Amino acid sequence: MTTKTGTPLVEMKDISIAFGGIKAVDHVTVDLYPGEVVGLLGHNGAGKSTLIKILSGAYKADHGEIYVNGDKVDITTPRDAKRHGIETIYQTLALADNVDAAANLFLGRELRTPWGTLDDVAMEAATREVMGRLNPNFRKFKEPVKALSGGQRQSVAIARAIHFNAKILIMDEPTAALGPQETAQVGELIKQLKAEGIGIFLISHDLHDVFDLADRVSVMKNGRLVGSARTTDVSQDEVLGMIILGKCPPGATRGPGAISDAELAAVAAHV
Amino acid sequence: MSDQTVRASAPSGSPPQAKATSLLHAMEVDARFLGMVGALAVIWIGFHWLSGGTFLTPRNLWNLSVQTASIAVMATGMVLVIVTRNIDLSVGSILGVTGMIMAVAQASYLTPVIGFDNPAVWILTLLIGLAVGAAIGSAQGFVIAYMQVPAFIVTLGGLLVWRGAAWWVASGKTIPLTDNNFKLIGGGAEGAVGATWSWVIAAVAVVLIALAAFNARRQRKRFKFPLKPLWAEIATVGIGAGAVIAATAVVNSHYLPGPLAKKYAEANGIPLPAEGIPQIPFGYAVPVLIAVGVGILMTFVATRTRFGRYVFAIGGNPEAAELAGINTRRVTMMIFALMGALAALGAAISTARLTSATNAQGTLDELYTIAAAVIGGTSLAGGSGTIAGAMLGALVMQSLQSGMVLLGMDTPLQNIVVGIVLVIAVWLDSIYRRRIK
Repeated sequence: MTTKTGTPLVEMKDISIAFGGIKAVDHVTVDLYPGEVVGLLGHNGAGKSTLIKILSGAYKADHGEIYVNGDKVDITTPRDAKRHGIETIYQTLALADNVDAAANLFLGRELRTPWGTLDDVAMEAATREVMGRLNPNFRKFKEPVKALSGGQRQSVAIARAIHFNAKILIMDEPTAALGPQETAQVGELIKQLKAEGIGIFLISHDLHDVFDLADRVSVMKNGRLVGSARTTDVSQDEVLGMIILGKCPPGATRGPGAISDAELAAVAAHV
Repeated sequence: MSDQTVRASAPSGSPPQAKATSLLHAMEVDARFLGMVGALAVIWIGFHWLSGGTFLTPRNLWNLSVQTASIAVMATGMVLVIVTRNIDLSVGSILGVTGMIMAVAQASYLTPVIGFDNPAVWILTLLIGLAVGAAIGSAQGFVIAYMQVPAFIVTLGGLLVWRGAAWWVASGKTIPLTDNNFKLIGGGAEGAVGATWSWVIAAVAVVLIALAAFNARRQRKRFKFPLKPLWAEIATVGIGAGAVIAATAVVNSHYLPGPLAKKYAEANGIPLPAEGIPQIPFGYAVPVLIAVGVGILMTFVATRTRFGRYVFAIGGNPEAAELAGINTRRVTMMIFALMGALAALGAAISTARLTSATNAQGTLDELYTIAAAVIGGTSLAGGSGTIAGAMLGALVMQSLQSGMVLLGMDTPLQNIVVGIVLVIAVWLDSIYRRRIK
């Protein structure tokens, strides 16, 4: 188990964001330590993806602060996030379909020749190398990524996130498009990255996956944090109760989104 | 598609020779580009036959090349605009207003101040035009990218604004150019480089084609990537070189008309033949060389630079480009600035060709430019298109028009044909795209 001492790699404090009056994320606080995997759980629309998009620079929070290695940082664009070593694998993968794997891998960070032109050959070589590690069967280096299968596209997105020495990795449903074998491969990858001291936010619908890989879980419901817990301190059923009812078990740290005992009793009476 | 996979999957230990099953795949020739060349050949041969042998003559082809230049230059920029899912309806009007500004600047200020035919005059005229064009494009790009007004609306507004502005610059008058050097930009009898220089240019082009192929091969060898078979490499270079030599032979078979030829011969100390007129070839027209230069430069920008890579990434998935950290707004603004500058270059060519700036200059050019880009394979859905394709598209459009003029067709009928051809071309293209998917 990871030791939770020293400064966290990332701390998102009291984050809020609203879209047209709807509070997608409502005063949520989460943190992440080096070499730790934190699972973010919750229903569709609970605000997980929105929360991590604030960290990755896609959205700007209305309220709250982000600390990286204890320093307050200002993340307003994806460029800012990348500068702080935060890499993201989006649920939508965020690939430009019309260009090839190498172009996607280096998008925004192209390798250039001494004359300032694109060094496509060097980029393809690097892509072949990183894809060789991730997905040895990958062959379609010359084709636009729209010609790739779901799993191949996903491996391009993963390759892009890990190629640039990320310190903090955000994985939003990284195995959604993968078969069992590839899912296992991603699991291995996560363990390997973790061993290298990288902190990972993992968003997944699959509780088993999360319990396999995560050290801690944070559960969100209706934009609010229900609670956080070490995966060793809570059972899967208890976490399910957090996701569905917002019921915070004894092993977890209570968040503002957890329902009170009185409310819980009322729900129980209905059932 | 399938043998491409075969090539790519060849072991990458030693440089493997590709096992190409089809000739076209081995040569890595784009099938749709080839289709366009085929369509162009059909149009040319058809008109040649219908016009009783007047289309495929050096004179007509030379004129065709000059007439295509202005639209071809603008089409290269339109490719980038359309690739990013935008449109620019204002290029004809920008051409009008920058042409007018260049003519007024030259006739009223530069020539009187600097002196008649001083080399600084044409350079300054051109720089003023390019700067104004880029400024107009930037302004439109700013509104599109930062104020989030759709490009269609902004440039539709621009179509009216800049046409109106062109009228205001000279109160609707036609302004004749004063500088003879500037007129060379438009072609014409003196605006061509002659036989010797044309061959020099051809030789340089052939060497460059061979060097480019050699360099690409060396790069792939360096990283042990699969190579094209050698015969395919040689055939590709051979066809490219052959096309350059053929084009040069054609422009060098178009001779100056009698009086001009005599004047030229006397001025250059060429002995006059005993009878008849001396045969002085035109060679490549200056606007054609400008267009080809712009085409090469824009191809370089589109394929070899970061900016070009971003343009295509934005076209493929704007959200992904943004998330990858690309400043998509700035890139969008730069594209429109570039388009504005290219419209100004088109204005320089067409103003110089007409030797004056008129109020109606460039009217409907936006539609021909867009048509050229679209016929040339630029997808309106964004994300795909080539500079060479758009220039070829411009040539197809101009060939149709010029051919119909040769046949003596009325202007309304010409418009009907061009309109129908545009729709058919895009329809065929959509079928092609669906089939390769």
